Amino acid sequence: MRKLSWGLVAVIGAFAVGGIALHRGETVNAMWIVVAAICIYAIGYRFYSAWIATRVLCVDSARLTPAVRLNNGRDYMPTHRWVVFGHHFAAIAGPGPLIGPTLAAQFGYLPGTLWILVGGVLGGCVQDMTILFLSTRRNGRSLGQMARDELGPLGGYAAMIGTLTIMLILIAVLGLVVVNAMKHSPWATATVFATIPIAVLVGVYLRNIRPGRVLEATLIGITLLLGAVIGGGVLNEHETLHTWFDFGGQPLAAFVIGYGFIAAVMPVWLLLAPRDYLSTFLKLGTVMLLALAVILMRPDIRMPAVTQFIDGSGPIFGGTLFPFVFITIACGAISGFHALVSSGTTPKLIGNETDVRLIGYGSMMLESGVALMAMIAATLLDPGVYFAINSAPGVVGATAEAAVTTISSWGFPVTAEQMHALAAAMGESTLLARTGGAPSLAVGMASIFSSAFGQGMLALWYHFAIMFEAVFILTTLDAGTRVGRFMLQDFLGHFWRPLGETSWYPSILLSSALVVAGWGYFLYIGVVDPNGGINILWPLFGIANQLLAGIALSVATGILIKQGQLRYAWVTAVPLGWIAIITTVATWEKIVSPDPRIGFVSAANQLAGKLASGAMSPEQAAVAPQLIFNQRLDAVLVIVLTAILWIVIADMLRVASRVVRGLPVLPSSEAPAVAEVRA
Amino acid sequence: MKKRLQTLWQFLRTLATDNAYEQYLQHHRGAHADQPPMSRRAFYLHQQQRKWSGVQRCC
Repeated sequence: MRKLSWGLVAVIGAFAVGGIALHRGETVNAMWIVVAAICIYAIGYRFYSAWIATRVLCVDSARLTPAVRLNNGRDYMPTHRWVVFGHHFAAIAGPGPLIGPTLAAQFGYLPGTLWILVGGVLGGCVQDMTILFLSTRRNGRSLGQMARDELGPLGGYAAMIGTLTIMLILIAVLGLVVVNAMKHSPWATATVFATIPIAVLVGVYLRNIRPGRVLEATLIGITLLLGAVIGGGVLNEHETLHTWFDFGGQPLAAFVIGYGFIAAVMPVWLLLAPRDYLSTFLKLGTVMLLALAVILMRPDIRMPAVTQFIDGSGPIFGGTLFPFVFITIACGAISGFHALVSSGTTPKLIGNETDVRLIGYGSMMLESGVALMAMIAATLLDPGVYFAINSAPGVVGATAEAAVTTISSWGFPVTAEQMHALAAAMGESTLLARTGGAPSLAVGMASIFSSAFGQGMLALWYHFAIMFEAVFILTTLDAGTRVGRFMLQDFLGHFWRPLGETSWYPSILLSSALVVAGWGYFLYIGVVDPNGGINILWPLFGIANQLLAGIALSVATGILIKQGQLRYAWVTAVPLGWIAIITTVATWEKIVSPDPRIGFVSAANQLAGKLASGAMSPEQAAVAPQLIFNQRLDAVLVIVLTAILWIVIADMLRVASRVVRGLPVLPSSEAPAVAEVRA
Repeated sequence: MKKRLQTLWQFLRTLATDNAYEQYLQHHRGAHADQPPMSRRAFYLHQQQRKWSGVQRCC
């Protein structure tokens, strides 16, 4: 009977996947995607993750976990597995799975959807679960420490450089997303600004008024945030007040940079911790609401299955389907960053080794589901509207007429009146060229929410969605800057000891300023770039994230081989091979492509040629030298990242070949087994 | 029914770390009964400091 019902799940899943893949009509309903996803996740979890747990990792339910052995009532503490699941999911799910699929929708809904499903079940979930398990067996050691202990010092350094780079690029691109959402939008700007005092208020409540009562403090904070969304709308209608919050890209970038610095040097209880509580609750609530709305409304997908932009001419980012769909959607399919969370806090809370399946594999499955929701929200829009919101003025033209003419000529009809009416309904002056994915996701969410839970509140839902995205983008920005600061302080401490002291104020100020300057630079260039900046920064982020995944999978593969599991090493080695191929091909194209929208070098040369021939307007010529330098810097950066990945892979292969030949390798750093004493 | 609601409420409190201090006190009484425990506020600040010293939030 059991077998029969799983067989049924498999048949329904195969039918749904086939339905999506073969459907070539006018529109396809989103439920096809939802049903296919549920079946694939169910099968992946029930069979693949169970097989990996028993055969490959040899999970032992009788072996005591560090949470039990080292229980100190604080960080090491056996915790109910659903609670750990909640914490772990909140930690891994950030804005990435919402933005990547939205951008990748330019290829059509099919490529991204298939990659999210297959990459998640066979790649990302496996990586998260394996690293979580290996770290649990090593008392919760970090990825960098495990790389050092098991492979050698090279892997440790590579992990450190990779983490710092990805942090800087991630924060820059997220900052850019927020800036583009707030640009000349008084409602969005006022609402996002209001989140700061609200977070501080919640912080003071949690420290001074009712210490540690998170539930009630969050309830107050969320109520205030919803009030801020409504208040922003009132302010937007006011004659003079709305001009106070009407800013261009550069002042907003300066604000985000200044905010990032202040947030990084302030005590965590004041801003970061309360903001994080608010963003976590908002995130969980909104994701559930979105899933509910999709199931209730069963919207039609209006985007074609595959668009002509698979040839590399896409307006949102340049590059062919292979490898760029795999680079663009990192979070949601496979995200190396998760390996940092899976090796740190979470392993210290696991009460039984068998829980790694639910917590590692299961959380990533849920995040993959979030990415699918974002894909649905982006593709239920009229394709013309989707491209009008997401295309940079440098690609489609600066005026509304030029933009709609270009986009309609691609076969995605859209009119200036339509865009105007949509902007008015959303309470915005314009939605054209709001690149970065957040606004188009907000439009998609607003249309589905308002049709499910209240017609005529489009503008409110739109700004709720913008606020929701901004709140946790800013949380990632705060938290990332802090982590970057700690890593830098650790590094600088090698040169002069006082700089390594994390609580010495001059060192805090210096290292925070350096980290903020690092991402602030990329953010600034992204804002002044007429091609929108996202076109450059998002692929760079994707490559950096995959690099981290490559390091994590190398560590996992190396350990599996050292433990005598050579014949099962493909479980992590196959995703590793795929990651290595896509990042290397993407890097190659980013360097040698003659198309200036893809290749950094050709873009730099084209700009330099235009500058020399005097074909630029004075404003363009003023920023051109910076843009040229940036393109060259990005070229160097991708080469370094890919080189690091190959060095780590080579190091892992060296260790593996020594194991196979029976030569000595570093001893296993696994903590000795202590079995449960059963009474 | 009442019991189930109570379990759910406790689950929510644990998820939100509302009862972290109670858990700490319980552990403290068992393991370090000779020393005075941290106050609620000191414990909260200590937890935040520890939590935000590592990678806690992802992309």
